[in-house]
Amino acid sequence: MTALPLDRKSPSAAPAATPPARRKLVGLGLPIYVALALVFLLIPIVYTFVFSFNDSVKSNIAWRGFTFDKWLSVCNEPGLCEAFGNSILVGVVATVLATALGTAIAIALVRYRFRFRSSISLLLFLPMATPEVVLGAGLAAQFLALGTQKGIVTVILAHTMFCISFVVVTVKARVASLDPALEEAGRDLYGSAAQVFWRITFPLLLPGILAAALLSFALSFDDFIITNFNSGAVDTFPKFIYIAAARGIPAEANVIASAVFILAILIVVVAQVSRSARQKRLARLS
Amino acid sequence: MAFAAFASSDAAVTKPPRRKSTIALVLLLPGILYMVLFFLTPLISLVITSFQAELPGGDIGDYIPGLQWQNYVDGASEYLPHILRAFGYALVATVFALIISYPIAYFIGVKARRWPLLQSMMLTLVIAPFFISFLLRTLAWKQILSDESPVVLALKAVAILPADGHLTGTPFAVIFGLTYNFIPFMTLPLYTTLERLDIRFLEAGSDLYASPATTFAKVTVPLSMPGIISGTLLTFIPAAGDYINASRDFLGSSKTAMLGNAIEANFLTLQNYPIAAALSIILMAVILVLVGVYVRRSGTEDLL
Repeated sequence: MTALPLDRKSPSAAPAATPPARRKLVGLGLPIYVALALVFLLIPIVYTFVFSFNDSVKSNIAWRGFTFDKWLSVCNEPGLCEAFGNSILVGVVATVLATALGTAIAIALVRYRFRFRSSISLLLFLPMATPEVVLGAGLAAQFLALGTQKGIVTVILAHTMFCISFVVVTVKARVASLDPALEEAGRDLYGSAAQVFWRITFPLLLPGILAAALLSFALSFDDFIITNFNSGAVDTFPKFIYIAAARGIPAEANVIASAVFILAILIVVVAQVSRSARQKRLARLS
Repeated sequence: MAFAAFASSDAAVTKPPRRKSTIALVLLLPGILYMVLFFLTPLISLVITSFQAELPGGDIGDYIPGLQWQNYVDGASEYLPHILRAFGYALVATVFALIISYPIAYFIGVKARRWPLLQSMMLTLVIAPFFISFLLRTLAWKQILSDESPVVLALKAVAILPADGHLTGTPFAVIFGLTYNFIPFMTLPLYTTLERLDIRFLEAGSDLYASPATTFAKVTVPLSMPGIISGTLLTFIPAAGDYINASRDFLGSSKTAMLGNAIEANFLTLQNYPIAAALSIILMAVILVLVGVYVRRSGTEDLL
């Protein structure tokens, strides 16, 4: 054993008990593990993408050769594009409703003091702590008791409900980080309440609102369990897959999923690049 | 992100000023009314449904209001294996997801701090599974783990799996699917707390001659507790209610059916609404009790 190093330069240098060679090995182990884990996470995505090019006939299980056909004629699969269209419609309407209602709640929760505040927080938090199957069955039981015909409207009503909670959480963080001095400056300059809101508050909240809207759309688009309980005869994209799973998934479904994946990743990457560019610009200015 | 909902907030607790409460009312009322109509009253209808009695001489799916506690007794006894599987599988999947995710989150949040671009690229990869349909990625695993797949043939060749063994349709496959599907839910909140971890605490640990393992156990883990709590809740709650992975068209079989499968079958196929409602209330009640005990024990009660 070596003596304790008295002139340690870095405080994070190896403690005397661990030989340097072993430390190096441990130091390499973590990045290798993380790389393998990330590859593991990507396996089903790559699989889905690859099998969107499969020249399959009925079910898309065995590899039968490469083709672009499924990408060029997605809507040839009966019911698929209709289900996809329903998913987009539900996602857009639920996102708009949830973002409007949720943003208003978030502003009120941060900016105003009122009675029943903690009960209201609980009411907004509970849907996120409730399993989807309970949310779905509860709504279905209510629609059943009221004699409501299940369809696309009931799906939109259900999706809006669970999206509101996520919007409130996302926008609340943004409202809380807002500097009140900016709005005070607006009022000092004789801006009306509406002017202060639309010219100062809203633009500052916009990134948070957009993030909340994207999250809502993603949650709605991929939701299956709540949809399954409340959609009646209407299909969404996930429900189409669930029904098709019993007899075999057509490769066209892989095409849609892959296209949506590529679009979503592009949005995330563009958002990240533009944010880092803005941070660099701000760093240069200061 | 949504994950902040489960993490303790470290924002300064400043009481908002009492201002014109009519504006607050206008802002709150539509959304709160919506949540009451489409979250709260559905839960109440679920409770009412769970006590309904069969209509004498009625068709399948005909029920009358009642106070049938028997529904709970019948549901719990008939579906006891489903209840045990739901919480057992969810627990095992949560532990696996934590073990797999912690090193990932630690690497991205602590080791990769000097390279923000690498950090954001790796985070994108972690959440990438979100962007492909939940059902399709589970079906992809079904194909990869199916009996004729190279994975299973290789496992049989090295005798890890017996010659007549299967992976799909087993509890292993269901827990595997649950673990895989919820790893991003575990990794993101862990990353959020580890990313804020002050590196000087770790240096202090090694300065005081603690071994890396001791520093990790005594410093890193306690400081990342909020992330561990929110990550495990975000994994356990949806996993316990999930019925996709355990469904026989996906990774499971009739022998792996979970509570969610029983609720779906009773509600949508058998039209036995009272039993489905009673099982839903049981699921919700057990989760609320477990979460309450867990959060209290781990000492962070400021979830809201």
